[in-house]
Amino acid sequence: MKTRMVEILVVILIAVLAVVAYLGKIWGWHEGFVFSTSVSLAVVILIFASLIWILVRTLMDKLVGRRIVFLYVGIAITLPLFMSIEQEIVISDEVQAIYDELEQLQPGSKVLVSLDYDPASAPELQPMAEAFFGECFKRDLKLIIMGLWPMGPQQANQAIDTIMARMGLDSTDVIYGEDYVNLGFQAGNEFVIQRMGSSFEAMFGTDYRGTPYQDLPLVRNVNNFSNIDFSYNISAGFPGTVEWVQIAVDRFGLRLAAGNTAVQAPTVYPYLRAGQLVGLMGGMSGGAEFEKLTHLEGKATTYMLSQSFSHIIVIGFIIIGNVAFFRSGRKSGLKE
Amino acid sequence: MDHFGLWLAAFLTLGIYSFLYKDNPWYKLSESIFIGISAGYWVVVMYWDNFYAKFWLGVFPNEQAVENGAEPDYWLLVGGVLGLLMLMRLIPKIGWVARWPLAFIVGATAGLWMMNYITSNCMSQIQSTIMPLFGADYSASIGEIIGNLVVIIGTFSGLVYFFFSKEHKGAFGATARVGIWTIMITFGAMFGYTVMSRMSLLIGRVDFIFGDWLGLIR
Repeated sequence: MKTRMVEILVVILIAVLAVVAYLGKIWGWHEGFVFSTSVSLAVVILIFASLIWILVRTLMDKLVGRRIVFLYVGIAITLPLFMSIEQEIVISDEVQAIYDELEQLQPGSKVLVSLDYDPASAPELQPMAEAFFGECFKRDLKLIIMGLWPMGPQQANQAIDTIMARMGLDSTDVIYGEDYVNLGFQAGNEFVIQRMGSSFEAMFGTDYRGTPYQDLPLVRNVNNFSNIDFSYNISAGFPGTVEWVQIAVDRFGLRLAAGNTAVQAPTVYPYLRAGQLVGLMGGMSGGAEFEKLTHLEGKATTYMLSQSFSHIIVIGFIIIGNVAFFRSGRKSGLKE
Repeated sequence: MDHFGLWLAAFLTLGIYSFLYKDNPWYKLSESIFIGISAGYWVVVMYWDNFYAKFWLGVFPNEQAVENGAEPDYWLLVGGVLGLLMLMRLIPKIGWVARWPLAFIVGATAGLWMMNYITSNCMSQIQSTIMPLFGADYSASIGEIIGNLVVIIGTFSGLVYFFFSKEHKGAFGATARVGIWTIMITFGAMFGYTVMSRMSLLIGRVDFIFGDWLGLIR
C-alpha cells in the first residue's frame, strides 16, 4: 500500500511538472534549455564516474537491477539533447558514393525515390529523406516520389515541407509537377516494381492528389525504368530495398542507392559489395553523414550525440554484466 | 486540437514506456489502443487499396475509367474466388478448401521469385566473393587486401562449419571453428546495428517528449 502511494505521488508530480513546462512553452516563460560546454562535460564525467562505481559494486558482488540500466539508458539519451557538445562525424565510403552519384547527374535528371516506411521508423529514416530531397533541389534534379508502404508518400510530403522551410524555398522555387511529383502509394508490394518495369502509368494512373499521370509534365514522357537516371530507396523492411534490388536493379538495370534502418542494414551490405547498390545509408549515422556532406544538418546530426552516448552506456553495462557473470561462476548467491 | 493531439501522443508514449517500471493498466490501455488502431488502419487500407481499387474497379470499371478506354478484366474473378476460398478456414467443416488458394500462392510465389533469388542473392554474391586478391593490376591497398582475405577466409570457413557430413576434427575442425567465429562476429555486428536502431527510435520519442511536447529542448 505504501509503495502504491509513492507511485501515485510520483505520477502526480510528473504530471504537475509537465503541465508547468507546457504552460511555460505556450506562454513564453522559457525558450528551452541548453547546457554550457563545461556543464555538459561535468555531467558526462559524473555519469562515467557512477558507471565505474557500479562496476566496483559489481566486483563486490552487489548487483544493480534492470531498472537502473533503463534509467542510465534514458539519461544517456535525454541529456545529450540539451548539451552543446558537437560530435565528429566521419563520412563512410558507402555514403560518399551516394553523394558522388548525385554530383555526376546533370541538372534536370530524373530521380525516382521510393519511401517504404511509416512513422514508426521516422526518427531514423526521415532525416535521410529530408537531406536527399534538399540535395536534389539544390542540384535541380527532378524527383519522382512513390511508396510501397501506405504512409510512405505522406512521409515524403512532410520531408519536402521540412526541407523547403529549412532551405528557405517556397512553391514558386520548387514547382509541383515540374520539379517533383508524388505518385502516392500503390498496393501490390514487389509486383508494383515488376509492373513499373514495363509501365509506370499502369501502376500510377494518377498522383496522390488525383491528377492524371499524363497531366503531370515531369512524368508525361516517363514510361519505365529506362527513363530514370538514378533511384533511391528508403526502406524499413518488406517491401523495400531487397525487392528493389532483385527486380529493378538485377532485372531492369536501374541504378539504385538505399537508406535503411540500422536493423536492416547488415542484410543489405552484401548487395553493396556485389555492386548491386551504388551506396548505402545505414541507420541514423548514415543519415548524419549525408547531412554533413550536403551541409543540410538536421535531426540525424542532432541525435548522434545521444546515439553515441547511449552506445557507451550499453557497452559499459555489457562489461559490467560480464563481470557479474564471470564472478557468479566462482561464487554463488549474488543478489541485486 | 494541436494541444489535444500533443497531450494524447505524450500520454500514450509515456504509457508504453511505463512498462519499463512494471506492467500496469496505463501500459495495457496504451497497448490496446495501439493494436486496435493498427488493425483498423490496415483493414481500411486493404479494403480501399486492394479489394476496391484493384478487384472491384477492375471487374466493374467506373464511368471515368470506361471513358478512358478501360474494359472489365474478368480474370480478376479467379483471384476473387481464390480469396473467398481462403476465408473458408473460418468454417471448420470445409476449412480444408483453404489449402487450394494457399497451394496456388506458394507455387506461384516460388515460381516467380526463384530466379530472382538465384540471380540476386546467390549468383551475384558468389561472383562478388570471387575476386582478385591483390586487385586488378595489383593495385589494391593493404587495407583492401586484408578486406579481401577476410571475405575469402570468412566465406570459406563459414561454409565449412555448415558441412555436417564430416566430423569437425583436425584441420577441418579448426577451419569450422574459424567459421563459427566469423558467424559470431557477424551476429555481433547485427546486434550493434539493432541497438543503434532501437536507440534511434527511443531518441525520437524522447525528442518528442522534451522538445515538441514540453518545449524544453532549445
